[in-house]
Amino acid sequence: MSGPSGLPNTGPLGSIGLGAKRGLSESRLALLLILPSLVLIGGIVLYPILNNLVISFFDYNLTIPWARPFIGLRNYVEVLTDREFLASVGRAAYFTVVSVSLELVLGLLIALFLNVDFRGRAFLKTMIILPWAVPTVVNAIMWKWIYDANYGALNGLLMQLGMIDQYQAWLAKPFTAMNLVILADVWHQTPFVVFILLATLSTIPESLYEAARVDGAGSLQAFRKITLPFLRPAFLIVLVIRTMEAFRVFDIIYVMTAGGPANGTQVATYYTYVETFRYLNMGKGAAQSFIISALIMLVSIVYIRLLKQDDTAY
Amino acid sequence: MKHKRRTILRSILIFIAGLLLLAVILLPYAWLVISSITETSELTAVPPCWIPKRPTLQKYRDMFTPDVLGVSETAAMFKYAMANSAVVSFFVTVVTLIVASLAAYAFARLEFRGREQMLLGIVAVKMLPAISTMVALYVLLSKVQLLDTRTGLVLVYLSFTLPFAIWIMAGFFQTIPKELEEAARIDGTSRLGALFHVILPLSAPGLVSTAIFVFMMSWDEFFYPLIFTSTYAAKTVPVAITEFAGRHAIDYSAMAAGGVLASIPPIVLAFIFQRYIISGLTAGGIKG
Repeated sequence: MSGPSGLPNTGPLGSIGLGAKRGLSESRLALLLILPSLVLIGGIVLYPILNNLVISFFDYNLTIPWARPFIGLRNYVEVLTDREFLASVGRAAYFTVVSVSLELVLGLLIALFLNVDFRGRAFLKTMIILPWAVPTVVNAIMWKWIYDANYGALNGLLMQLGMIDQYQAWLAKPFTAMNLVILADVWHQTPFVVFILLATLSTIPESLYEAARVDGAGSLQAFRKITLPFLRPAFLIVLVIRTMEAFRVFDIIYVMTAGGPANGTQVATYYTYVETFRYLNMGKGAAQSFIISALIMLVSIVYIRLLKQDDTAY
Repeated sequence: MKHKRRTILRSILIFIAGLLLLAVILLPYAWLVISSITETSELTAVPPCWIPKRPTLQKYRDMFTPDVLGVSETAAMFKYAMANSAVVSFFVTVVTLIVASLAAYAFARLEFRGREQMLLGIVAVKMLPAISTMVALYVLLSKVQLLDTRTGLVLVYLSFTLPFAIWIMAGFFQTIPKELEEAARIDGTSRLGALFHVILPLSAPGLVSTAIFVFMMSWDEFFYPLIFTSTYAAKTVPVAITEFAGRHAIDYSAMAAGGVLASIPPIVLAFIFQRYIISGLTAGGIKG
């Protein structure tokens, strides 16, 4: 159906419908409306990505400007056998799994709590948007300051409660640092989960619960048979969105730990940033970014399959 | 009797849970605010004094008075970063809404070849890490001499706001009954006329929530300005904040004051437009 230029042609099939009366066919009008977005996205997204793809096949290092040989897939091989890269992917996976599970569990508990009728509920529902509204970088400096080794509030609080007898350099221990960064992220992101689950909870008809009560079901049983199935699709959607974001985590790492200590929080995107902008190893950095994208897409496809199954199941 | 005791127990539990939740939400941010109005000598006391004895707005004043001696460069220049963030976020929002609403209408209402593929492409763009476009964009911006300019930032921010806005607005447009548009078309309105006179007015709440999201996303953006700006001609708030922890010593209360100032616009927007934000999150979430 498409003409030689690749544009959709405006044959008889294209002009069926209301658009026909007005001269401009539906597909032409559509193209016209999409054109500005297409030009912009083409220029600032597609072109850079293709450019990056090309770079990933060259031994392209800005510190060696005189030689940029084409090396095929060697960058990819090098990246996939680079222990530090694999470790950084592992750290990103750890960050993702722990932060997203905490956010989902806490989000569910808070949403269920705020779905109960009590005085002050509306106030709490309003306040819970605060952590989400704080900009990512502000959230990062706020927690960095709370965790501060010399003057931090966490040290002060634990000391006054008698739980530690001297100030600790929390962010100086690799594994502790990672977990504390995750905690900061959880504070920032959980409200998002709460909003979506709360909105879904409000769509469950009260009559379902009444019917269950009449049939003699306990509240736990009603929760399992009514609430959870209703929440399932929303849960999966939140899981997809948060996983995609968490796996790409960068800002909070950059500000709080800069990948340290001892690379303990150097997640995949941060390692790619270091490779690209500190070592100016463009080829390898590009290959890394595509491997990260491929991983994110892989996980998303698995999730979307699950979602689709869900649609047919209910 | 037993029943009554259970309801009392229940209200006590709810009260404790509510208080705990409120504390977790408020205390970290409250500490940031308190830190910003506490004198350094008190702030660095061990253990800390939780409530400042001599609260002061000095750090805020430093940021808004013309260059004074003794004020760090970051603090003195912070107002310019605020202005840059505001200008960039504003223009990103305006351009995104105009360009994306046209495309979203086509995706929501018109039949054309490649529709599905393009929508899939938009979803795929949302999965890419920003760093995969960074190098080429850097070269591109330097070629057209837009590095370290606000125009350059507006341009590159569109790379993440446009796919997001097209996606979410197409969702909003689809919720408007087709019959309304068809009625207008029978009365002789053109397709574009229907977009401007029927669809856009009816989806005003959706437009508001999209606008707020785009503004907040732009205000929040860190990676692009980190790479593409070098001076206060274009440097935005998130980048400026990280510079309080500078080469020498960290001025904790100045950094806290910067953090508070940077979070005021999104927090105010979030509280005012809470309803729109939540409806947008759920609409975008459920379709995204």
